[in-house]
Amino acid sequence: MALDNQKNREFKIVGTRPDRPDGLDKVTGRAKFGADAYATGMLHAAILRSPHAHAKIIRISTEKAEKLPGVKAIVTREDFSKKVTGENWNVLENVMAGDTALYDGHAIAAVAATSSLIARDALKLMEVEYEILPHVTDVDKAMGKSAPVIRAGASDKSVPEGLHPNVVRYHESGHGDLSAGFEAADLVIEDTFKTEATHQGYIEPHACLAQLGGDGKGELWCCTQGHFHVQKTCAALLDIETSALRVTASEIGGGFGGKTAIFIEPVALALSRKTNRPVKLVMNRSEVFRATGPTSSTSMDIKIGMKKDGTITAGSGVFRLQGGAFPGAPMEFTAMCAFAPYNLENVKQIGYDVLSNRPKQAAYRAPGSPMAAFAVESIIDELCNRLELDPIEVRLKNASREGTKASFGPKWDRIGLVECLEAAKQHPHYSAPLKKGQGRGVSSGFWFNHGGETAVTLALSEDGTAALSVGTPDIGGSRASMCQMAAEELGISYDKVRTTIADTATLGYNEVSHGSRVTYASGLATIKAARDAVKKLCARAAKKWNIDEEAVIWEDGFAKPSGPNAGDFEPIPLAKLTKSMGRTGGPIVGHFEATPEGAGVSFATHIVDAEVDQETGRAHVVRYTVVQDAGKAIHPSYVEGQYQGGAAQGIGWALNEEYIYGEDGRLQNTGFLDYRIPVASDLPMIDTVIIEVANPGHPYGVRGVGETSICPPLAAIANAVSNAAGVRLKELPMSPVRILEAIKNKT
Amino acid sequence: MRLLKIKHKIKVNLWSGLKHLADGSTEVEIYANTTGDILTSLVEQFPSLKDTIDAGVSIVIDGKVMAYSLTEPVNSENEIYLLQRIKGG
Repeated sequence: MALDNQKNREFKIVGTRPDRPDGLDKVTGRAKFGADAYATGMLHAAILRSPHAHAKIIRISTEKAEKLPGVKAIVTREDFSKKVTGENWNVLENVMAGDTALYDGHAIAAVAATSSLIARDALKLMEVEYEILPHVTDVDKAMGKSAPVIRAGASDKSVPEGLHPNVVRYHESGHGDLSAGFEAADLVIEDTFKTEATHQGYIEPHACLAQLGGDGKGELWCCTQGHFHVQKTCAALLDIETSALRVTASEIGGGFGGKTAIFIEPVALALSRKTNRPVKLVMNRSEVFRATGPTSSTSMDIKIGMKKDGTITAGSGVFRLQGGAFPGAPMEFTAMCAFAPYNLENVKQIGYDVLSNRPKQAAYRAPGSPMAAFAVESIIDELCNRLELDPIEVRLKNASREGTKASFGPKWDRIGLVECLEAAKQHPHYSAPLKKGQGRGVSSGFWFNHGGETAVTLALSEDGTAALSVGTPDIGGSRASMCQMAAEELGISYDKVRTTIADTATLGYNEVSHGSRVTYASGLATIKAARDAVKKLCARAAKKWNIDEEAVIWEDGFAKPSGPNAGDFEPIPLAKLTKSMGRTGGPIVGHFEATPEGAGVSFATHIVDAEVDQETGRAHVVRYTVVQDAGKAIHPSYVEGQYQGGAAQGIGWALNEEYIYGEDGRLQNTGFLDYRIPVASDLPMIDTVIIEVANPGHPYGVRGVGETSICPPLAAIANAVSNAAGVRLKELPMSPVRILEAIKNKT
Repeated sequence: MRLLKIKHKIKVNLWSGLKHLADGSTEVEIYANTTGDILTSLVEQFPSLKDTIDAGVSIVIDGKVMAYSLTEPVNSENEIYLLQRIKGG
């Protein structure tokens, strides 16, 4: 669906900032999250987890636990499908271990009991005999010759011969002549960068309430970014029919990609099937850290050549990502995003997906891209410093534009990188003086964005209000923007539209809320569904006036004759048409079901000021500005919130957050006390600038905004901290210890 | 004799990591009218690409990423790239 001709379009609701429709529910506690569900006769479940990083499961003895009063059932891998293959097998293997525990926290068995306390007591009575195996948690070591093989035969055909079996996928792309490019440069810098795994850090732990009968029919309530995906996967893992399982998405207390994956829902369903009772399963924070998806950790080699005038002559990158004990580390996105902001004649990127004894990585806002930007943009900054060039001018000089060849191959469509860079250059932040001990950093970042399968229904009520049903859980305020788009098309006020996240029995398949796709894809579907309803409204007016349907137009919530030739009739408001709809043809409902393929890519540029205490090594961000292309901001406050959220999470990732593993391969920091996410006092006011370069693939020009905002922060902050410290920081997080060490080694 | 259907000769650019699965080339020529035809023809011509294509790929037509569609029309004038399936968080 192409961009509307908007030359003369004046939006009335789109682009305004109405109150959020879920606000009252959230502040009064009326909103129901994953753990808020109850059912009569409900049992409580708990999961036994491996204390070892890598161990053969010799025997699981459940007899003692089963005898504990209140215990109703125990499940192990034997209680799940034997038929799953491919990625479903990986999901099942992660949900419940087969013959090997692959990481600290891997699920081994689960119990359902009459209380949560009894369930947890029962775990202590289960006896598991393990044969401990050698483990590896570091990505570089996992590729080394002496690394233990985690899953023999897991590599796909992309992997070149001679690599360790822990390398399971390989990516290579690029174009031009690297040697010639580096030869043409006046300065070439090469270095290695590392980032640790970080968790998405959503406040609400995973939770669900499951009910599955012996007839294979079930109900599931869960907090997820994609309940249709949960339905499909759980059905496969439990050998039941997909449509027999109805899944309802709860309100969600944060996802950021981490709730696109499935961890506990099949376990609760299996326990419910075995007990014929509803089963509730809620993770605690330690389980969330140990057993749900963090990001990949990375190790990256970058080499870039530049001329004295700032022209980049060549760039290459090798990106090694571990994604836990399962294939899927997003190394191809790391590779493809790395040089995306630059128009390079000579470029090459290589990615390795490496197994390690860590939990299965899950997506986290623009998976793979922030780490790439950290490595590449750090070298760009270093080149600018050494050649005494302005970092934004250099980025503008080499910027990707419409028609230039992307580092991963195709020519760019209309993109807004140059507009972001120009706005950043003009922003007062960029020319503001720095205080002593402070440094400034700049970075660009890129993310693809996504469309995906989408179905929407818009039902009009007799009183002229509209009930919009969408199938994409609201993880970032999408209900507000959906209401706005529907109201804009129908010509009614914002508060006359209510948007509901419909369950899996109500709508056709909707892909997960990921890839910054919801405001784009569900928004596009909402516009189309509203236009479908408008067409039907016009038909009712035409029937009333006894004229052709084509002779009726829709303006500002009224059906009107299209011109003098159509006849002289009094315009009819929407509420009047819907009031009589039962007697003029029946209910009026608009639909749209499709897989929109026009998601526009998005770029951003961030400016950061940081100061470093040379004695303690503490880094602090003192000023932050986000400039990002939104295509068209439907609800600017939510767009700004996405920008600020990405920057805030980036500050945590850059300065504090990391998975710390002991020598025994066990995660050392499984709570928010030891895994430090930013709090308000860590953050400055994050200023935002919304750039609007319309996406040609959306009627209003919308581009996804949820992910791109986390692409530049790691690099922009690292550049600011490095410039303040007077030494290049090459490993994240830039904790005080690492900064002090870098300062010490400099002198 | 009536010519009812003819497929376009399409140049498909593969990412270079697939070179060893496509007889050492990153540019391959196949015949196709749609994105679905492209994938079918690629597997017919290079069976080693099947696993990669089954795992999920996107097709870029003149800079526009088609993550799923098998029905998008293509012709000889289009710039076609194969990318790994775009997803996100």
